[in-house]
Amino acid sequence: MHCEHCQQHEATIHLTQMIDGQSRELHLCEDCAEENGLNVQSVMSIPEILFGMGTPVEEDSGEGKASGKSCPQCHMRGCDFKKTGRLGCPSCYETFSAELGPLLAAMHKGGRHIGKMPESRCQGLEKEARLSQFQKQLQEAIRTEHYEEAARLRDQIREAGHDPQ
Amino acid sequence: MTLNDLIHNPGAWLASGPAGGGEPHAGIIVSSRIRLARNLEGVAFPGWAGEDECTRIHARVAGILHSLPSLTPCLELELETLSPIDREFLRERHLISNDLAQKSRGSGVVIRQDEVLSVMINEEDHLRLQALRPGFRLPELWTEISALDTELEQSLRYAFSPDLGYLTACPTNVGTGLRASVMIHAPGLRLINEIEPIIKGLTKIGLAVRGLQGEGTEASGNMYQISNQTTLGETEPVIIERLIQIVGEVAHHEANARTRLLEHREATVADYVGRAYGVLSHARVLTSQEALDMLSALRLGCELGMISGLDQDSANRLTLFSLPGHLQKSEGRAIPPDERDQARARLIREVVCRATVT
Repeated sequence: MHCEHCQQHEATIHLTQMIDGQSRELHLCEDCAEENGLNVQSVMSIPEILFGMGTPVEEDSGEGKASGKSCPQCHMRGCDFKKTGRLGCPSCYETFSAELGPLLAAMHKGGRHIGKMPESRCQGLEKEARLSQFQKQLQEAIRTEHYEEAARLRDQIREAGHDPQ
Repeated sequence: MTLNDLIHNPGAWLASGPAGGGEPHAGIIVSSRIRLARNLEGVAFPGWAGEDECTRIHARVAGILHSLPSLTPCLELELETLSPIDREFLRERHLISNDLAQKSRGSGVVIRQDEVLSVMINEEDHLRLQALRPGFRLPELWTEISALDTELEQSLRYAFSPDLGYLTACPTNVGTGLRASVMIHAPGLRLINEIEPIIKGLTKIGLAVRGLQGEGTEASGNMYQISNQTTLGETEPVIIERLIQIVGEVAHHEANARTRLLEHREATVADYVGRAYGVLSHARVLTSQEALDMLSALRLGCELGMISGLDQDSANRLTLFSLPGHLQKSEGRAIPPDERDQARARLIREVVCRATVT
């Protein structure tokens, strides 16, 4: 992907900013990012990206704004997250899903977990979906030569009464 | 087993590699580590939970960890009972993080006797499982830590979402919760001024490069920790495999740098090693930083055959035991910094003066 500013160099800085509930993405090369006052060597905190960079911490924001929303489980608000950089409880992921979703996808290698799952949770999932996930993980483990992991997955697939592909 | 017993061991990250040698990138890749972040369902994360809640979580989790077969025999420690020296000692052995070292009531650590497996309780997440071994051993560590994780989930219900995976206090860890890291010793790349571009390159491709003591620390003694930054959207073996490939490349660069230095700038390397030998065998006062840097040069000298009478194990042991926490723990008392620098110089001198520059 080319830099949105100079249209020449490879964009290596990817920013997602939430403004009034709308996400906006910006892709820049390192030089253009620096020219525009972004210190690429400094680590930007996640809450800064999520709830606006350089803005003062809001103690009591208006209704509906991300920083004023609070988690029904632990009562953490967006502005608390901005202060600490850490979520309050597992339910916060659901509470702040609109803000976190685009950020997680941009920050990681996709927005969906495809790795290991607790065995107890596998039982709650659709059988087919579970098997398909195991098959994918098995192929990946074989491709990357993690044979012990592959053997574990193969056994899990067999236990479910299917043949490993 | 008590905390004081650990002082008799070399520490999992600097222990000798498997017998018989033949380790890939021996001498360059020092140690490997994998940690998994896990949290309990329906419970606030430690930073938001408050001390009383953390104490309840700690009591519940510590009891379960204590009875796990893969952690037996183990040492269970509560942070509030640890002195500043004990905390520093455990931090230097990479058994607790900088963050956990600052905690008190409601936080703790459970360490298997061989120090390979350990679990921090109520650091940033309820549980941080760690597997740590000398050498380049990531696939083996993944098997070990995944088995511990599976064993633990029989007794605890983790905070997990089918979409986002294991839910963590910081969104940078969500998904697999996996952070794999490899510690490399790269004095060659430093000497030919190529370490900075390599660090910049690694950062650009999404890896983190940190110093000897992890997050927020500078590289001391030419030691660098390289780790993955992303934890969501890929399987654990894929994350690990990419790190293995890239770290292998970096280690290869370091080996090339050493070869080039010997071919074209042998006098520079011999001077670098010889000066370090001179200082370490004669100094009466050594700061921790100076000792780490000089011991790095000495390690390089051992590996290039420029120093005889000192093996890598002894160099490793000196590197660990000359750190402030180890120095004070070995003496069994708090030592003021000035006196500590003298004790460090004495410890190193007694070993290094038996070696010779060839």
